[in-house]
Amino acid sequence: MIAYLLILVPLMGAALAALWPRESSRPWFLPVVGGLHLLLTCALFLAPPAVAPGDWLAFDPLARAVLPALSILFLVCAAYGVSYLRIRAERSNRVFVASLLAILGLLSAGHQARHLGLLWITTEAVTLAAVPLLHFNGTPRAFEATWKYLLIGGTGIALSLLGSFCLGYASLHGGGVGDLTFAALTAQGTGLSRPWVLTAWVLLLVGYGTKMGLAPMHTWKPDAYGEAPGIVGAVLAGGVTTVAFTALLRVRAVIGAAGAGAIADRTLLVIGLFSIILAALFLLGTRNFKRMLAYSSVEHMGILSLGAALGPAGVAAALFHVWSNGLTKGALFLAAGNLRRAAGTASLDEARGLSQLCPHSSAILITGLFAVTACPPFGPFFSELQVVRAGLTGGHNLATGVFLAGLLLAFFGLTRVVFSLVDGRPRAATREESRRFVETAGVLAPPLVLLGCSLWLGLFPPTILRAAWAAAVLQLFPTP
Amino acid sequence: MSGTLNVLIGLAMGLNLVALGSSRLPALIQAMSLQGVLLGVMPLLLEEEGFNWRVAVVAAATVIGKGIVIPNLLRRATRAANIERESDPFLGFVPSLLLGAGGTIAAVALARALPLLPEHAGTLLVPGAIASILTGFILLIGRVKAISQVCGYLILENGIYLFGLLLIHSTPLLVESGILLDVTVGVFVIGIIVDRIQRAFDSLDTRRLTTLRE
Repeated sequence: MIAYLLILVPLMGAALAALWPRESSRPWFLPVVGGLHLLLTCALFLAPPAVAPGDWLAFDPLARAVLPALSILFLVCAAYGVSYLRIRAERSNRVFVASLLAILGLLSAGHQARHLGLLWITTEAVTLAAVPLLHFNGTPRAFEATWKYLLIGGTGIALSLLGSFCLGYASLHGGGVGDLTFAALTAQGTGLSRPWVLTAWVLLLVGYGTKMGLAPMHTWKPDAYGEAPGIVGAVLAGGVTTVAFTALLRVRAVIGAAGAGAIADRTLLVIGLFSIILAALFLLGTRNFKRMLAYSSVEHMGILSLGAALGPAGVAAALFHVWSNGLTKGALFLAAGNLRRAAGTASLDEARGLSQLCPHSSAILITGLFAVTACPPFGPFFSELQVVRAGLTGGHNLATGVFLAGLLLAFFGLTRVVFSLVDGRPRAATREESRRFVETAGVLAPPLVLLGCSLWLGLFPPTILRAAWAAAVLQLFPTP
Repeated sequence: MSGTLNVLIGLAMGLNLVALGSSRLPALIQAMSLQGVLLGVMPLLLEEEGFNWRVAVVAAATVIGKGIVIPNLLRRATRAANIERESDPFLGFVPSLLLGAGGTIAAVALARALPLLPEHAGTLLVPGAIASILTGFILLIGRVKAISQVCGYLILENGIYLFGLLLIHSTPLLVESGILLDVTVGVFVIGIIVDRIQRAFDSLDTRRLTTLRE
């Protein structure tokens, strides 16, 4: 029952926020609903409910392993949102607040969806609910980004629907009834028709890979993250991409049960490495620090995909990385959002010397930079170390080598952008622009909290969390 | 039954070619909406044991959504933007028509090679689905006006719907209506963005959307 509340509370919050008459108090819906959501998630996390195999929607081990990360990230972003929307008082926040809350509810549904059709419906709904957030700034550039996001994302998600139907037909053709719950499909196992299973895998990988932002289907990402407010980037990069990743994990389990796991792993490995390398190369060239974050997100999606390809140990590492990446990247997006607001532009051609204008946000950005490029003792270092270990013990030496090379290149690219942003002397125009932005506690504390979470995950990962990841791995790779 | 169904699918495949060959946007929207209506009727024909209210609801919702609501939204957008024609597309009308015709033949040939259940091997469902998906992609890639691309996206969606008809007896009503709702809301959202692009750029030519790049 509480599992449904996770979905209903944010959706009702969204409806209430849409009807709420006062602009100034409406943003408070975000932290209130976010707090309730975190409380509910904690209750479910500590006392996981029993899950019947045929349930369409349940807080199963996989949902338990990733949903709390989303909930924490959302609450922190919500707290930031209150301060952010106060700065942006010139624009109506009705649609913004309602959409953000709707996304929380739909993501909770997507993480818990155990039916291919339901999973598709929620993912598509999340895609649509994010649209008003992307063009919140209302500039022509923002509309251009939104258009590309809709067209690429829409086509991708359409292909994943086709893939879902193909998987259903694999069941029909193999003598089943075409039941699209993951439990039924896994139970049919090798009884699924192999050609259709492989077709379905390709389409679902392309479809949900587009939503995740795996290269070469990542092209919407730099535009969307580059033009959307930082808080939206944080939620998209830490939440929406994750739901597509858990979708792929669930589908991968079905493909594995159907006896095509090796093929699926190989494709995940190749597409993961390709994403890492391509993102690293673009990081070396980009001249916009918000687009930089998008490429960094593509890189980390590649790491998730790589982890998912490396068997049970790799999936456990990938689930760890979902947490460490989501929370660390959130800090980076929020700090970069502050700097973008202060500088009035995200282009390195105009913005520089920001450490003199926004010393605190710059410090957070630099710390976050080292955290996200896997410097100890932050979370990403340990999760990526686990991926490396899973790769080496699995005998994927070449892939691990390519992965490490990609990380090094990405490190060069990220440091290049961040230091050319914070170093140097600010231009007179930037100095003028930044007077309008004050670094209040409201915009500094949230990214700091997220950095703290990243540190906590790295230094003292709670055993209960590790147990949750292990349980999720057991759900995906049941021992025969 | 499968005879009537095949005629309808054949008509839908013909409409693909109409969509590819027409330079006027209202004609393109008309072809797409007619295809939507045809698709909406098909589930009723697939029902062997008489009338089923569940299938009738899906059929009615599809006809209303794909045949009336979505086309009207697009027509309003064309009127607001005051554009009638697709002028110099990336891929000319004759080449795209030839590509579509070749694709349709290839789809029929491909469907023969696919492993299908005996009850589906005799219908045009799978070739129709592949041909529509291909048409959708040609329109998405080959046209420059935002509205033409939306039509391409919807024809792609129609193709997927055709494929989904293979599973009509096993997908629950909830899933089907959810999918239809998502598609309709999606077009609604796209319509809003098209309107904003029109205002911001004073054009619906997607070639102008080139500010964002490396």
